[in-house]
Amino acid sequence: MVHKAPRKSAAKITRQAASTVTHPASAQVIRDLHERMVRIRLFETEAGKLMEAGKLPGFLHLYVGQEAVAAGVMTALRDDDQITSTHRGHGHAVAKGVSFRHMYAELYGRVTGACLGRGGSMHINDVTLGMLGANGIVGAGIPIAVGAAFAARYKGEDSVAVTFFGDGATNIGAFHEAANMAAILRLPVIFICENNGYAEFTPQSKHMLITDVADRAASYGMPSVIVDGMDAVAVHHAAAEAVERARAGEGPMMIEAKTYRYYDHQGVKGLRHPYRSDAEVEEWKARDAIDLLEARALADGTATRAELDDTWQRTRDAIAEAIAYAEASPLPDTADLLLNVYSG
Amino acid sequence: MTTISEAPAAAQDGTARKLTYVKAFNEGLAQAMREDENVFVAGEDVAGYGGVFRMFDNLLDEFGPRRMIDTPISEAALVGLGVGAAARGLRPVVDLMFMDFIGVCLDQIVNQAAKMKYMFGGAVSVPLTITTASGAGLGAAAQHSQSLEAWLAHVPGLKVVMPCDAYTAKGLTVSAIRDDNPVVVMLNKVLLGSKSEVPEQIYGIPLGQAHTARQGSDVTVIALGRMVGEALAAADELAAEGIEVEVIDPRTVQPLDTETMIASVRRTNRALVVHEAVTFGGLGGEIAAQIQDAAFDYLDAPVLRIGAPFSPVPFSPVLEKAYVPDQARIVQGCRRLLERS
Repeated sequence: MVHKAPRKSAAKITRQAASTVTHPASAQVIRDLHERMVRIRLFETEAGKLMEAGKLPGFLHLYVGQEAVAAGVMTALRDDDQITSTHRGHGHAVAKGVSFRHMYAELYGRVTGACLGRGGSMHINDVTLGMLGANGIVGAGIPIAVGAAFAARYKGEDSVAVTFFGDGATNIGAFHEAANMAAILRLPVIFICENNGYAEFTPQSKHMLITDVADRAASYGMPSVIVDGMDAVAVHHAAAEAVERARAGEGPMMIEAKTYRYYDHQGVKGLRHPYRSDAEVEEWKARDAIDLLEARALADGTATRAELDDTWQRTRDAIAEAIAYAEASPLPDTADLLLNVYSG
Repeated sequence: MTTISEAPAAAQDGTARKLTYVKAFNEGLAQAMREDENVFVAGEDVAGYGGVFRMFDNLLDEFGPRRMIDTPISEAALVGLGVGAAARGLRPVVDLMFMDFIGVCLDQIVNQAAKMKYMFGGAVSVPLTITTASGAGLGAAAQHSQSLEAWLAHVPGLKVVMPCDAYTAKGLTVSAIRDDNPVVVMLNKVLLGSKSEVPEQIYGIPLGQAHTARQGSDVTVIALGRMVGEALAAADELAAEGIEVEVIDPRTVQPLDTETMIASVRRTNRALVVHEAVTFGGLGGEIAAQIQDAAFDYLDAPVLRIGAPFSPVPFSPVLEKAYVPDQARIVQGCRRLLERS
């Protein structure tokens, strides 16, 4: 049953205690969420370190802090469901199952990377897993997801398309056009707004007059819900409901997940123009999504500390192996500069 | 001074059939849709209304609402829908109605459709066809009359075709749809009602292959889109004076068949490029540079460019007529080239 969530301010959600979480979840879902979140967290923290060590060319928009959203949504999807992502796309890629090796090799600009070293961080994709790419243009992945959903219905398949975007992207025309298009064509698209409170460095209060981005869905006749984006189980449930609805042909839906970006817009932590306080960052970190999920798992006996630690260790090992693979991988051959400009 | 016709099959058995440019486009599209179930059409008023230029007449009746989709006036979402559907294996044809509207969806064309294959390391193809009506001459003024091929030809990953008559309108459209890359089909509004011989069966015209529309030995005129007809008329006029003009229609401006042009210029030693778009920054500059690069020693005069003046397209018919290049300016240009050498 889809409903419009009662309005809650971001601050109110921030202050929600973990104990208020009431969504039931199977042990399998909890473990799956945990594993995906740990994989994202470690992938991103290591990527940040590599960047600061000067090992990676280009930009990095890291996803640390928002892991519950990618994990919560992706655990509600099938492999044949499609996603489009953003400039902050590593988390979505990891959660959809893109390999660490392909991702790190791409960040290193190696020919073994997800884009053969042609795309970098902002174009990581794996179409065999339904990951239709990160995207360097804010809001641009949203209409593409509408097209992916159109294709699924056209072919008589029941897969859905999920598009991730931030609060800032809902100020760009592509979001509004795509939301209306999906609604009028009644396409199986799930719009996931990861509201981390900032459009690059501009706080939400300075880029829109509304508190809940989800309000925008109503303009297009689209139902919406607001979830605590630090609660992976809550995100999972909201996504599962939207996916079920979309698969059943009931059209698109929007989920606004209130979340937070621990690192800067780009890189780890900038040195100039403090646009937010350390206290604010710490307040959100106190409700860290992985901590909340682990506390819940331990409290309800879904997992032991040793099992959780094992997940962290296995992931660390896999990441170390993938980084070594990337560093040992060959660079692209400059003779192949024009490879894949055109098909055929 | 031979006029080269591609001799459509129908003409050879005495059953030559003439169609208008817009009907030829429509027929090619319908045949491509019959040929491939993955082809669909989306755009504003393409289904129920049949397109404002009647480009899509009767297609809803034959193909139904599953394959003929009316969309809101949302070009960014429309092209994005095409990109996403193409990446998932369909062959979308999206219609932008007027080429001038491309500004509101340029990101999806330039940053998404054009680059996706490259950025993704070749993991996807984007077999997307974008149809649009371009060109001045109907009093449609500055926001409904432009020829913006130079914008798009500048973008790696895109292909751009400019049919000059009914025959090429059909063949280039079919090839665009069959091609695995994003292709922009620039139909010309003034030519929509013009007729030429069009074979009934489905046929493609190779993208990236120029066509020598008329052979001549004195001057090479490279003409884009509607200017092909003006150049052929200019060639007829000059032929009466014993001046033999070779007219080359690139048909595709990206990729551009420079070999055919250069081979021609090596024989005629003079080249003139004519297009409707403004001269400054237009494809005439690119073509001139390539000719000078490859055939400098053969040239008896600098390559001459004829295009529109550096101004928006004017409304009043007297101004518009003065704005768009025509037969008279091409004749004058050819004479100038001959006088210099």
